[in-house]
Amino acid sequence: MSHTFDEISQQLKRRHRKSSRLKWITMGSLGLAGLFLVLFFADMLTKGLPAFQQAYVQTEISYNEEAETDGRQAFDEELLPIISRTVVRVIPMELRNNPDMIGTSEEQWVLANSEVDQYLKGHRNSLSAEEQAAIDERVEAGQVDMRFNTTFFTNGDSKIAENAGILAAVVGTVMTMIVTLAIAFPIGVMTAVYLEEFAPDNRFTQIIEININNLAAIPSILFGLLGLAIFINFFGVPRSSPLAGGMTLALMTLPVIIISTRTALRSVPDSIRHAAFGVGCSRWQVVRDHVLPLAMPGIMTGSIIGLAQAMGETAPLIIVGMVAFIPDVGASFTNAATVMPAQIFTWSGEPEQAFVEKTAGGILVLLTILISLNAFAVVLRKKFERRW
Amino acid sequence: MQTNQLLLIFCGALLLLGLLAFFAGRSKATRLRSAGTAMFAQPDQYAWFTVLSTAGPAILVGAVGAFILLLLGADIPTLYLLAASLVVAAIGLVVSLNQVRPDFHARQAIERVIRKILAGAALISIFTTFGILFSIISEALRFFQMHSFWDFITGTTWNPGASFLASAGRGDGSGAEFGSVPLFAGTFMITAIAMLVAVPIGLLSAIYMSEYAPRSVRTVAKPVLEVLAGIPTVVYGFFAAITVAPIIVNIAGFFGLDASYNNALAPGIVMGIMIIPFISSLSDDVINSVPDSMRQGSLALGMTKGETIRDVVVPAALPGIISASLLGMSRALGETMIVVMAAGMRPNLTANPLEDMTTVTVRIVAALTGDQEFASAETLSAFALGLVLFIVTLALNLVSVLMIRRFREKYRANNL
Repeated sequence: MSHTFDEISQQLKRRHRKSSRLKWITMGSLGLAGLFLVLFFADMLTKGLPAFQQAYVQTEISYNEEAETDGRQAFDEELLPIISRTVVRVIPMELRNNPDMIGTSEEQWVLANSEVDQYLKGHRNSLSAEEQAAIDERVEAGQVDMRFNTTFFTNGDSKIAENAGILAAVVGTVMTMIVTLAIAFPIGVMTAVYLEEFAPDNRFTQIIEININNLAAIPSILFGLLGLAIFINFFGVPRSSPLAGGMTLALMTLPVIIISTRTALRSVPDSIRHAAFGVGCSRWQVVRDHVLPLAMPGIMTGSIIGLAQAMGETAPLIIVGMVAFIPDVGASFTNAATVMPAQIFTWSGEPEQAFVEKTAGGILVLLTILISLNAFAVVLRKKFERRW
Repeated sequence: MQTNQLLLIFCGALLLLGLLAFFAGRSKATRLRSAGTAMFAQPDQYAWFTVLSTAGPAILVGAVGAFILLLLGADIPTLYLLAASLVVAAIGLVVSLNQVRPDFHARQAIERVIRKILAGAALISIFTTFGILFSIISEALRFFQMHSFWDFITGTTWNPGASFLASAGRGDGSGAEFGSVPLFAGTFMITAIAMLVAVPIGLLSAIYMSEYAPRSVRTVAKPVLEVLAGIPTVVYGFFAAITVAPIIVNIAGFFGLDASYNNALAPGIVMGIMIIPFISSLSDDVINSVPDSMRQGSLALGMTKGETIRDVVVPAALPGIISASLLGMSRALGETMIVVMAAGMRPNLTANPLEDMTTVTVRIVAALTGDQEFASAETLSAFALGLVLFIVTLALNLVSVLMIRRFREKYRANNL
């Protein structure tokens, strides 16, 4: 079967069209992935940013005798439905602690309740039309105002939406991460040093290597099962504690640190080792004084990335019980605590509309911390990376 | 706490002994050297040797003792154990001080000890694997003593409710059924949806980045894609439940279909987005290491660039691409938070992705966060499910490693 030149050039055109179509398709899918990312962040920002604003009410608090037993007596009756219950609740205790305040009064901006807050942000709420109109009037009069939500950053969890904050979870995360790093960093670096610098190339070493790669790919929830069965049930580590959670996460982070440390050690050229051996160093002295210091930026970068990964991990922590309701900022490694992702998970299960915003706000805080950690790792690598 | 105070005193005493060992060892070595004898090592090395042989055996005795205490339930009071450990430390101190002699190779001795410590650290990763295996298998075996293995694998009803009554002393638990088929059906359905999203987008993005994109686009696009993998799964779960699921319900409603708010599509799609970078980054590496001679040969034969990619580059890179997809799949199977937050709780054997269905990981979380006692069948069933999950993901990972190794050997690609 023979073709005329015309037919062939027609065919060629078709083939080239097809070829350029592939380029556009591949470009489109990369764009699609980017679009997902943009949509995702836009969605989180629109949902979460309002959480950093909170409605406040200007009111006169009159510290009278009745208020010592019933906090509601201190406020204007009309304002009571829009003031947060938490503000009212602390009045009697405050008076009992400072009896000489009785008889005085003061003008203050206090937390509004979450329904008012949600209404002012234009979200779904349970206020009736008259109540909404009344609030609009007060906004006109300057008695109700939106302000920066400090409560969100200074409080622990609460069942009352406007009083819930992320501080307890942040402190819990910091304590858990201290445990994780304290265990995973030394053991990870030591393992990597052994495998790269000391280990003979035998069966045992190969088994360890395969095992580490395999550990890196095991679903995180299985580490939770290990933490529950071994750390909590067998060794008796207190459930829900940063210690239990940190140990579990440490085992999960270990492969990440080992793999990145090995890469960092491998990038130190052999000439350094040869020179050190040449002046009579023993193997340990070579590693301690020459190889490790040169590999340190790479090791730190890898560890920070591993830490960021552990910080966002939730599933194993749920299994070891770190989803507890923690209203107070914890102070001990063995007391029940919660972490940021677990707090986000808890809030996402609350039915109130106000908690949707809290959840997204918590997500923004978590993402900000994770992105800054990763950016810090990148900067560290850029600044100290040496090309040999 | 009595034990805490004891432990504190013990640590203090050990620290003191260590300091004593360091300075005693060093002063002895310095004295010997200033007397004019030639020595095999520096004074500091002798000092560290005495410290290591003081603290090392003591900590070892303490650790072994604590382990025996916990494992065998032997009744040794903590006080005696710590005292014994301190005695060992003191003996170590005396013996090692005696060793500080000019003809003793302190540096080599340190070297040997350090090598052992490092090897010990490397063993911890092995212990972790064994720990996971041991904890899962032992609890799973307890579960299989209560319920038959065969029913677990082939049963189509998952209804652990009655086991709760049995553990509370009411009923005999015979009504509880642990048939895992609906859980695995749900898991594979959501995984399949995720792969349908992730494989095409991930692979095509990888092709664009390695074959078409200018260097500037590549340096930006790669880390931006990695961001997708760095977002915590709990955040994806929220996104799937709050944003994606309602959209899907609305779209389904537009076509006159009835979708559940816990439909399988939302977690599947979001999980797919999460897996894109796993697939694109490994595929990108693999496509980059396909030798250029193959592209040149194909172009020289008059094939267009598109045909070269489709008929030469991608088939050559296929083992690596499959390997990347398998890794992504194992990631999807074990993913927990997205499905816990966005998929349903009801075990449901169906092929309709718009219905709610549950997964293995959801049931594990549900079983372990309830108020049940640990020995109840429902709690133990979590470990049986975990065992199956472990085996499946392990198999996927191993196959993936074998595929990538074959690719590496074929093209001698060293960067993988």
